[in-house]
Amino acid sequence: MATFGNLSDRLAETFKNLRTKGKLTAADVDGTVREIRRALLDADVALEVVKAFTGIVRERALSDEVNKALNPAQQVVQIVNEELVQILGGTQRRLEFAKKPPTIIMLAGLQGAGKTTLAGKLAKWLAKDGHTPLLVAADLQRPNAVTQLEVVARQAGVAVYAPEPGNGVGDPVKVARDGVKWAVQKVHDVVIVDTAGRLGVDAELMKQAANIRKAIDPDEVLFVIDAMIGQDAVATAKAFQDGVDFTGVVLTKLDGDARGGAALSVASLTGRPIMFASTGEGLDDFEPFHPDRMAGRILDLGDILTLIEQA
Amino acid sequence: MAERTPWSLSGALRGMFAKKTIDDATWDDLEDALIQADFGPGVTEVVVAELRAKVAKYNTTDPADLQRMLREGIEERLAAYNPTLTLSERPAIVLVVGVNGVGKTTTIGKFAKFLHTYGRTVVIGAADTFRAGAVEQLATWADRAGAQIVRPQMEGQDPASVAFQTVDKAKREGIEIVLIDTAGRLQTKGGLMDELTKIRRVVEKQAPIAEVLLVLDATTGQNGLAQAEAFIEHAGVTGLVLTKLDGSAKGGFVLAVQEKTGIPIKLVGQGEGINDLTGFTPHVFAQKLIG
Ligand SMILES: Nc1nc2c(ncn2[C@@H]2O[C@H](COP(=O)(O)OP(=O)(O)OP(=O)(O)O)[C@@H](O)[C@H]2O)c(=O)[nH]1
Ligand SMILES: Nc1nc2c(ncn2[C@@H]2O[C@H](COP(=O)(O)OP(=O)(O)OP(=O)(O)O)[C@@H](O)[C@H]2O)c(=O)[nH]1
Ligand SMILES: [Mg+2]
Ligand SMILES: [Mg+2]
Repeated sequence: MATFGNLSDRLAETFKNLRTKGKLTAADVDGTVREIRRALLDADVALEVVKAFTGIVRERALSDEVNKALNPAQQVVQIVNEELVQILGGTQRRLEFAKKPPTIIMLAGLQGAGKTTLAGKLAKWLAKDGHTPLLVAADLQRPNAVTQLEVVARQAGVAVYAPEPGNGVGDPVKVARDGVKWAVQKVHDVVIVDTAGRLGVDAELMKQAANIRKAIDPDEVLFVIDAMIGQDAVATAKAFQDGVDFTGVVLTKLDGDARGGAALSVASLTGRPIMFASTGEGLDDFEPFHPDRMAGRILDLGDILTLIEQA
Repeated sequence: MAERTPWSLSGALRGMFAKKTIDDATWDDLEDALIQADFGPGVTEVVVAELRAKVAKYNTTDPADLQRMLREGIEERLAAYNPTLTLSERPAIVLVVGVNGVGKTTTIGKFAKFLHTYGRTVVIGAADTFRAGAVEQLATWADRAGAQIVRPQMEGQDPASVAFQTVDKAKREGIEIVLIDTAGRLQTKGGLMDELTKIRRVVEKQAPIAEVLLVLDATTGQNGLAQAEAFIEHAGVTGLVLTKLDGSAKGGFVLAVQEKTGIPIKLVGQGEGINDLTGFTPHVFAQKLIG
């Protein structure tokens, strides 16, 4: 996107000028902060997060740590990067396994976010590590969601529990509960429960998700969110946090060119760690989340850092 | 139907229009509200500047005037394009494209039902031969909609050949409308985008394509613009479908998409049910957006 090239250039330009000047004035900092604000908004970072973030950056940029620095401009970029990484979670968090198996993982999120695909990815990844995951088909709403999960399970080479045909037939709460019992019986050490997509404003379906959670008491509830989402990330993340609550976030479709401001928004608004990144349609396109890489992606900071070093 | 919060611009905007006079805070609130509706920082700047000029010109301090000017301005911009679908050819071939998970297959199901209700005969081509369960999902929709379906004969069959067979069937049997579902693909994937170009080419050898509909998800942010540009280039898009407007997302990015590409919004999806599809009415859209 054009604006980003521009941002790198404009910031680099600002910093080049600053470099010859030495000390930063409030006006210099405000100009830079305005550029950062614009870039964050273009990257779809939620407005309230942008406001809080630029406030902190401005304050730190005007403090002694910057004015005493050898290269104040570079110091500002460092601050931006640090604050981004800080919000994004600093360090990675791994999956929490139950002391007494099976470990129960529930997936939740908007329609089309990538839950069912993720179920397959997680299962394959865990199976490779010697686990024996079971996929549970508790989306009985979306046409042929059950078929899709069955195919995904076959591709991943794992077992699936799908007692109901779906397409509006069957009770997802019961299927989830029975799925866990089935896993205990058949000695699966991980259970991954796929659920239907639902909107934040859909009170009835949100309640159903809460009921599934109550019925299975999962060790992890993963909120699956599309990296292309815009400002609605705020309403949606809050609705899912209030409605079902989640223990971690998975960001999907990161193989595209979306800046992924949603990552920053959700992490900042909910305080829940982003645990995995989904990076393609294939079941191997999946990795633990790297906060530092994401920070660079959102603001194109990698480029800026090199540009400044060259300046 | 579940309980739903009404679909309108954020509380900030409502509060702003309830004030007695227009002041500096009004402009900040307006900017915030537009950003939160995903208009994007660029369009927001322009809209706010235009409104400032109008308010100065008409010398008003009444927020109600501002609200009306905003609504009319947005409506006028949305209405600058013709939202009518062109389905007069026989068969009328409609290709449906878009990134992953936006609602292509669901839209086809709803659209087929709509056409069926109006007495048209419809055949659907399952040219998403890739995604797990995609053909079965589409078949369920075809069944609900009273449409026929052409499935791939084997797993992973070339999607262009499925599209070919679908058009062929329509021509042989005199079926009026052909709807072709395609696999979701991110606009950055060159190979997959070329595949769309190929589907198009193969179909066009048999008959002209009436509409290429690009499905955009209302929850999308500024990436929507990049999606539109790439799909226009590779698939020759003639109309936009905005889905998931039943949620809290406003889909403000489509204003920029329409204006930058000149491609009109033609259909709007507002739910997972078979009847949750309507034509695009600028007046209604602006009214819901601005209040
Ligand atoms: N490019 C890309 N596509 C993805 C990724 N994850 C999922 N998808 C695709 O996105 C679409 C939706 O994925 P699903 O797994 O069906 O999403 P879901 O959340 O289960 O959807 P619902 O059950 O309808 O709510 C499919 O086309 C997937 O192949 C990803 O990381 N990258
Ligand atoms: N709330 C809501 N959900 C929708 C709407 N349109 C589609 N969906 C849901 O979004 C999810 C994805 O829809 P699909 O029709 O499978 O999307 P697609 O674009 O065909 O997905 P791929 O083929 O995987 O790329 C499903 O759960 C649908 O039920 C809509 O207007 N509103
Ligand atoms: Mg699913
Ligand atoms: Mg589909």
